[in-house]
Amino acid sequence: MVKIKGIELIKDGKRLDGRKPFETREVEMKVGIIPNANGSAMVRFGKTTAIAAVYGPRLLLPKHLQEMDKAIIQCRYNMAPFSTDERIKPGTSRREMEISKVVRLALEPVLFLENYPKTTIDVYIEIIQADGSTRVTSVNAASLALADAGIPMKDLVVALSGGKINGQLILDLNGIEDNNSEADVPMAFMPNKKHITLLQMDGELKHEEISKLINEMFKAGEIIYKKQIEALKNRYSE
Amino acid sequence: MKEKETGVREIAYPGQVLGDKKEFLPGVGTFEEDGKIISKFLGILTKSGNYISVVPLAGVYVPKPGEHVIGIITAVEKVGWVVDINSPWESFLSLSEAVDEFIDVKRVMLNRYYDEGDVIYAQIASAKRGDVQLSMRGPSCKKLKDGVLVKITPSKVPRLIGKEGSMINLIKEKTGTMIRVGQNGVVWISGEKVDKAIVAIKKIDEKSHIYGLTDEITKLLSD
Repeated sequence: MVKIKGIELIKDGKRLDGRKPFETREVEMKVGIIPNANGSAMVRFGKTTAIAAVYGPRLLLPKHLQEMDKAIIQCRYNMAPFSTDERIKPGTSRREMEISKVVRLALEPVLFLENYPKTTIDVYIEIIQADGSTRVTSVNAASLALADAGIPMKDLVVALSGGKINGQLILDLNGIEDNNSEADVPMAFMPNKKHITLLQMDGELKHEEISKLINEMFKAGEIIYKKQIEALKNRYSE
Repeated sequence: MKEKETGVREIAYPGQVLGDKKEFLPGVGTFEEDGKIISKFLGILTKSGNYISVVPLAGVYVPKPGEHVIGIITAVEKVGWVVDINSPWESFLSLSEAVDEFIDVKRVMLNRYYDEGDVIYAQIASAKRGDVQLSMRGPSCKKLKDGVLVKITPSKVPRLIGKEGSMINLIKEKTGTMIRVGQNGVVWISGEKVDKAIVAIKKIDEKSHIYGLTDEITKLLSD
């Protein structure tokens, strides 16, 4: 955690990396990057890069974990030791366990799981470079990987983070902003009906501020949704 | 006759609104919500008559009763065989569905009928809640001897067969091979130019979303 004192994170309406408050970073998405997986995708928001691989639906063992009428999702979020400035210890930390669960819950509502009883859908997410907003990047990557794996879905899942620095609401926090923000709000939603599947908040926001932030995130989410569609269609170009 | 189209077929993505309930009917790979027809899969959009459907471009095989599949025997049990049918679930072929004559299971070893590693062409008798039962009672069901097995994406099997078997017959003729296609995406090939047939089948699997595939395959096989 790098706390910076004495530097203004937002000045004359511009952020440290020159973005406007409601501007996202450069987004890159690629689908079908791992040949051995059923589905895979890479999503990059600025420097934050996540790779997701989906295996299955495949038979779930041990047997006592099986659901007789639907498939279950097993999700693992993992940060590579070299993903941050300071090396992080390999192995599942408390934080990684939490994010694994949160990502799973964000994906569950869009899947038709009842077609595949007794099976599991395994989602493995690797963060190979972390610079803030890793959980929303993971959700975007997992959404694309699930679509690529041919699993029936109600909709795609679009995720985006918002927050507040120096009293100004912002979108898509990077690492430094994340560590010094007054509030940090990751959100995932289904773009068709605007149903929210993930909403967390760390910090403090006023009532009006959170509703304004959510509206801005819906707006910016449309751009990310278009990028997802484009990435999926590019998978099957000539 | 419609004008010949080129390039990539129209691709639908999950959550795409494909049409209104008043004009169209929801086909395979779609669902309806609030009077709208929405795609379930990333796949090829097809409209036939009033039906809109989406054929997925990836995915595992989900067994349906009546379909024919190619499976590999993985274990010989007391009263039947466990068969791998390239699907998330294991399937079981029971003795009564496989052999007509009377067998005293105490005396006869079942591997004299089908042994581990044998390839069979069988029919799905029932598939409920991940419990799949096979049957060998159909007229075309038999043990497949020799030959090579190739796996393709199960949803692309209709494309490989073509309209009334046009595509598969083309490959059979040009390469002089015998080919059997299971609905589970396993293809059995035997004959002279097996390697050439495999190349063609792999190509169909890769490029099923492109128009003019038949011409391309004809060209490939003529070389």
